Amino acid sequence: MTAAAITPARKGSGFWSAFARNKGAVIGLAFLTLVILMAAFADVLYPASPWDMTAMPFQPPLSEDALLGSDTLGRDIAAGIAHGARVSLLIGLTSTAVAVLIGVFLGAVSGFYGGRVDDLVMRFTELFQTIPNFVLAVVLVAIFTPSLTSIVLAIAIVSWPPLARLARGEFMSLRSREFVHAAVTTGQSNMTIIWRQILPNSLSPIIVSASLMVATAILLESSLSFLGLGDPNLMSWGYMVGAARTVIRQAWWMSFFPGIAILLTVLALNLVGEGLNDALNPKLARKGRS
Amino acid sequence: MTETPLLDVRNLTIDLPRGADRPHAVQDLTFTLEPGEILCVVGESGSGKSMTAHAVMGLLPKAVKVSSGEIRHQGTDVFSLPERDQRALRGGRIAMIFQEPMTALNPLMRVGDQIDEVLRYHTTLDRAARRARVVELLASVGLPEPDHLRRSYPFRLSGGQRQRVMIAMALAVEPDILIADEPTTALDVTTQKQILELIQDIQAKRRMGVMFITHDFGVVAEIAHRVAVMQRGRIVEIGTAEDVLNRPQHPYTRQLIAAVPHLIEHREDFTRARQPVLTAEKVCKTFHLGGGFFTPGRKVVAGDDLSLTIHQGETVGLVGESGSGKSTLGRSIVGLIKPDSGKILFEGVDLLSLSRPAFRPYRRHVQMVFQDPYASLNPRHTVGDIITQGPVAFGEDRHKALDKAKALLKLVGLDASAAERFPHEFSGGQRQRISIARALALEPKLLIADEPVSALDVSVQAQVLDLLEDLRHRLNLSMLFITHDLRIAAQICDTIAVMQKGRIVEIGPAKEVFGNPQHAYTRTLLDAIPGKGWTIPEDVVPVTRRSAALRNSA
Repeated sequence: MTAAAITPARKGSGFWSAFARNKGAVIGLAFLTLVILMAAFADVLYPASPWDMTAMPFQPPLSEDALLGSDTLGRDIAAGIAHGARVSLLIGLTSTAVAVLIGVFLGAVSGFYGGRVDDLVMRFTELFQTIPNFVLAVVLVAIFTPSLTSIVLAIAIVSWPPLARLARGEFMSLRSREFVHAAVTTGQSNMTIIWRQILPNSLSPIIVSASLMVATAILLESSLSFLGLGDPNLMSWGYMVGAARTVIRQAWWMSFFPGIAILLTVLALNLVGEGLNDALNPKLARKGRS
Repeated sequence: MTETPLLDVRNLTIDLPRGADRPHAVQDLTFTLEPGEILCVVGESGSGKSMTAHAVMGLLPKAVKVSSGEIRHQGTDVFSLPERDQRALRGGRIAMIFQEPMTALNPLMRVGDQIDEVLRYHTTLDRAARRARVVELLASVGLPEPDHLRRSYPFRLSGGQRQRVMIAMALAVEPDILIADEPTTALDVTTQKQILELIQDIQAKRRMGVMFITHDFGVVAEIAHRVAVMQRGRIVEIGTAEDVLNRPQHPYTRQLIAAVPHLIEHREDFTRARQPVLTAEKVCKTFHLGGGFFTPGRKVVAGDDLSLTIHQGETVGLVGESGSGKSTLGRSIVGLIKPDSGKILFEGVDLLSLSRPAFRPYRRHVQMVFQDPYASLNPRHTVGDIITQGPVAFGEDRHKALDKAKALLKLVGLDASAAERFPHEFSGGQRQRISIARALALEPKLLIADEPVSALDVSVQAQVLDLLEDLRHRLNLSMLFITHDLRIAAQICDTIAVMQKGRIVEIGPAKEVFGNPQHAYTRTLLDAIPGKGWTIPEDVVPVTRRSAALRNSA
């Protein structure tokens, strides 16, 4: 029982069968793979820049030179979606990675050392938690001028606090476990204990919430682009929706397809996150799932 | 005992779900429980004793099904009754008390209301009558000020008091069968004695049938009329307490009885070397619990003027009940806890005065074996890694350390190939051996063993104790052995220190402390040892208690 509570020590087949038991997660993973492939082969599928005007403006879907229609300037929507997948995934993944680095580092330090350090780090975290995420992200991007780097950093800066809290909780509870005491008594340094003893055991919940955070990051990026705060050199889903909103009644497809792309990708990520949760945290897995 | 038995279990077989380590939880079980009788069901963990009790109570988990056999209550087959009647029977005629009084009570309800709830479902009494009955019940289980206690929440009560409330709740509807599933295992020995006396007393007064599940032969000797010994889902021996305890027939029963730790007298006197390895001088530690900006926290004195010495090759036993501060002293010595004042001298150097880096070299001389073999090994590291991490931290070459780890695994009675495997592949006893190997990897002079066998079954317990005993002779180790079980302390320790509420009340050679206890508290503790009136039959105890594994590796 106790051993199982720390998440299964063996990965491999056990992990996959647990993951595959969640049907939604498998569908999500399949769709996500599709999006990743689309992003990877965007240049092959649509060699021309998505900003190029390749068709007549206002072409409805299924027209000859634009499968999903064209926008107000005659740019191919399908090409935009394929290339936009790159931006969405890139920003989603990198900003989450940065958020995980900041959050886990602060959480680990805070949970491991406790006392004053913990107080200090947690008050700092609360400072960020009291400011509304999106507003802060808008302000940051506006100040640093919209670019890929500033957007990634802005999203990371607004999304690390929950991870820091999670990591802190994990570290606090693992710190009082006997195997950590044993590591202390056998003379291992604090760095070794944090890095080799505690971190591997606290990874599962962090991985799960990071996977969900990728989805939030994609939404944040879309919202920023929608407001015109996206990187002006990159075609992104949020920008497409934003640009098409003025003509939504004449040309629904311009905002509909990128919107659907956002919806499905975020949904897929959430499903995968849920599957990871079931597979990595067997104790928390909801009962009654077939 | 000629009337129909209260409980008559015939050929009961319970299936386990596929993929379990055996097809049946219990197989072909047949036994009876007569009115006015205490039947002890004994066995090690996984023997199916709790499953049997749960089957009677209808508490089996969903995946586990009774596949054949019947359970008759005063002649009626329980399984043939409709669901409703089964429930009425189980709440009304058969009651159960559980092992963990901490979790068996609803923490958000006053204890009186919890008993009242039982009365409301099973009787037609009105409010006032129920209230009077609650008070009466609480008084009958020996709780002080029942009218006041009725309004307390469970967290205000001690473990023993909660178990009394549980018993009061079980008695509320005047059951004729009481099933007790290890009701005293989580309690201190003195509390255990009181609860056992209470159960015996109530049972005799009401002529109840009690099915008492336990793993402790001492408890069996204390209360049982009849005994059923279970092994891997089968009853291997059943008979009167007198017969089973003194003339055990089945080899498994004999093996279990032989493993029971007992007060032995023939331990040789320990001759002390000149210089002590470790001296604790006037160590004090107070924990401040809770509290906030406005409320002062609670103070718990875990160490008050603690002094003791450990010489080379000596095993000092630190005994006492939970909360007496024995672990605090152990943890202070290995540097996991910083005492408020006092000195801990290791070979003359005060460890408490040292800075972190200056203390580090001493760590390898003092090592610890922990209580819970499931929590003390990192589940994500291989056994080889776990053992070598210490030496590697002290700058030893990894390959060399691994070779040494393999030799150590053999020394503790495991195969060298264990180094490549993960902790979850091992049983509790094997894990504790790994834990010991880890401690020995640093070649310590002093080993702190904090309840190293209390989480293990008796037979495994005996093996691990033998191992520790053997190692300390072979390696000339000094050991501080922390335990709540005086029988174990008597078996393994040269010197005994008895702790109560953060103080050492008595310290001396084991023979004297046990043979001629000076302090009243020591006498209370000795008196509370279950089964002290029972001497283990001579022919059961093997000549040497060394385990086979050890002999092979020697």
